[in-house]
Amino acid sequence: MKHSVKRIKQQVCHAVIATTVALSTISVSLSASAEELGYPEKEELTFGFIKLTDMAPIAVAYEKGFFEDEGLYVTIEAQANWKVLLDGVIDGRLDGAHMLAGQPIAANIGYGTKAEIITPFSMDLNGNAITVSNKIWEEMKGNIPKQPDGRPVHPIKADSLKPVVEKYLDQGKPFNMGMVFPVSTHNYELRYWLAAGGIHPGFYAPAKGDTSGQIDADVLLSVTPPPQMPATMEAGTIYGYCVGEPWNQQAVFKGIGVPVVTDYEIWKDNPEKVFGITKEFAEKNPNTTIRLTRALIRAAKWLDEENNKNRGEAVKILAQSNYVGADAEVIGNSMTGTFEYEKGDKRAVPDFNVFFRYNATYPYYSDAIWYLTQMRRWGQISDDKPDSWYKEIAQNVYRPDIYKAAAESLIAEKLMNSSDFPTLATDNGYRNPQTHFIDGIVYDGNKPNEYINKFAIGLKAGDKI
Amino acid sequence: MTTLIRKITVSTVNLPDWLVSIGRKSTSLIMPFIGIVCFLFLWSLSANNIDTSLGKFPGPSAVATQVGNLYQEHIDERTKEESFYQRQEVRNSERLAKDPSYVAKTRAYTGKETFIDQIITSLVTVMSGFIFAAIIAIPMGISIGLSKTLNSAINPIIQIFKPVSPLAWLPLVTMVVSAVYVSDEPMFAKSFINSMITVTLCCIWPMVIQTSVGVASINGDWLNVSRVLRLPALTHIRKIVLPATIPAIFIGMRTSLGIAWMVLIAAEMLAQNPGLGKFVWDEFQNGSSQSLSRIMTAVIVIGLIGFLLDRGMLVLQRKLSWDKTSASR
Repeated sequence: MKHSVKRIKQQVCHAVIATTVALSTISVSLSASAEELGYPEKEELTFGFIKLTDMAPIAVAYEKGFFEDEGLYVTIEAQANWKVLLDGVIDGRLDGAHMLAGQPIAANIGYGTKAEIITPFSMDLNGNAITVSNKIWEEMKGNIPKQPDGRPVHPIKADSLKPVVEKYLDQGKPFNMGMVFPVSTHNYELRYWLAAGGIHPGFYAPAKGDTSGQIDADVLLSVTPPPQMPATMEAGTIYGYCVGEPWNQQAVFKGIGVPVVTDYEIWKDNPEKVFGITKEFAEKNPNTTIRLTRALIRAAKWLDEENNKNRGEAVKILAQSNYVGADAEVIGNSMTGTFEYEKGDKRAVPDFNVFFRYNATYPYYSDAIWYLTQMRRWGQISDDKPDSWYKEIAQNVYRPDIYKAAAESLIAEKLMNSSDFPTLATDNGYRNPQTHFIDGIVYDGNKPNEYINKFAIGLKAGDKI
Repeated sequence: MTTLIRKITVSTVNLPDWLVSIGRKSTSLIMPFIGIVCFLFLWSLSANNIDTSLGKFPGPSAVATQVGNLYQEHIDERTKEESFYQRQEVRNSERLAKDPSYVAKTRAYTGKETFIDQIITSLVTVMSGFIFAAIIAIPMGISIGLSKTLNSAINPIIQIFKPVSPLAWLPLVTMVVSAVYVSDEPMFAKSFINSMITVTLCCIWPMVIQTSVGVASINGDWLNVSRVLRLPALTHIRKIVLPATIPAIFIGMRTSLGIAWMVLIAAEMLAQNPGLGKFVWDEFQNGSSQSLSRIMTAVIVIGLIGFLLDRGMLVLQRKLSWDKTSASR
């Protein structure tokens, strides 16, 4: 009796909070509609992308006319690799691009190329996997526990790869793996997975001019552009790689490799690509910036809407030769809620590609800070930095203010509902501490230094290479 | 036996002229036909036996299907383009109604470039690079041919740069163009300028060399005539040098156009500049089951265009060259 009274009290309390929140959103949206969004300053735009399924919001915003609804006439160009794409945005050949989350951050702190790039829009969650060649898979397989039906138990940890790597090292053979860019999500995910299994992926020492990232390494990681990954592995140059879709499923279809682990299993709902523009562009074209963010938000929503009902259509769009261009069948394998590990071992991973739900599009400071912690962990940031530095960099690069303005104007124009952005009014840019990592370590974006010190492998406070 | 042979020989000799000419014509048509048929047969036979990770190597029928597909894509894209412009017009007029001071602007179509668009881009690029090279190379070749001193000054430079692959220049060209060619409303895209300059760089040398050789080997009698008549320098070039060296100039032009076409495709692949080269590279990156047959289609189209360019130059050469038959008449 007592309990139920308490529960009712709680419910009333919740209801009151919910209505206040709702009311405050309404008042905010009213004020947004009061000053109507102006016409875009720059109407003809060129956006770059890399042939990966997570560029979908850009393709969808174009094909479904969301860009045109904003008065934007956008040309979409595939780029040869991440470096060309980044240079294109910096020198103005591209107005904006599908980017690795690490790229704007690294550009801001001057690792690689120094430039002020910001992001008002996070493009997706998850969507990557680590694939090894058939030969390595055969050698790993013995170390992996099996389910009753004989299939391996997932998630597969790098512990099962460790003996294989050790055997190669004993024989004096280097163990090579590929990732797509030094500051890519893929580099950090591959390193995270390896380190969680006790394999050292190597340090960077930019202060000493060593940017190969192979100091003290058990496994040598090198850069290969995404579409070339399967071919490079087939040629035997690398034994495995971490890349986005469809290049893991392609390995399965071609029969040249086995994806062992998805990034969803390494870190559940990890932030992936972002949409990057220069700070200069955003300052010169504030309306264009908000409008393009609006178009991308609508596209992301379309991709996830009503339980992914549009994914089939999205796969067809992506399969066009001017976008990703791989066979629709290969793209569909991961875009429609499943993932095929070994040939025939197709399992349900409904959240493998998330574009909108779980606040996927909101640019959280804590996401940026996670990338910075990994840059510090692996030596790309040579010196210790205070927590305040991490926060400051995150605030320079990630721009929830632009996102918020775009979302509020979408709500005001009734193009979307406030229920689409449940936490918009209350968000302070930091996700709650995240617990779903493969090694069980908890990440709290408010305490980056404390987080860095938790890892067994990696630089800690005071360490220097 | 001997009589039989004699009979046959006699009868052959006695064949009417028209029959002989038909026979000759038909062999000139039949042999290439047989050649092509044999090639197609060997091609489809070997294609069937090559398995790649993207499926079988494309044979003639796969290419034929792709030709149809690519054409259909082109048609579809044009319909999309039309509706793009219609939508834009509606949008512009809506905005004009709200804001009468607005100056309506028509923006170019933003959709993808089709295979046929890529062919046109490549052709325009190769021709502009080629013409630009001719404008520089022919006067340069003539002056080098006329003056021994100039020749000995410039020749070492030509000899050093001639063997350099234009693709080695590409990174330099790209960097220089992006640094120098800066404007808010550029008339040409940077990528076009890059490809064009690369083409120019490979076209210049054969033309300069052939022209200068042609000029240097003009018949001495003609030069003497010019000297006796005391022709002014420009008239000397116009009346004596140019007509005499046109065959040599055309040999240079034909060679360089052939090289230019080859280099352009490679440059487009390398630099991702629009054109057939980019088409090939994009398809390779796509890694779809149709990619190889689409690349094969592009290969055949590239070959056909190269062939037509060469023929075109030959026809032009025959038209413009010094007509030796009329001189003897």
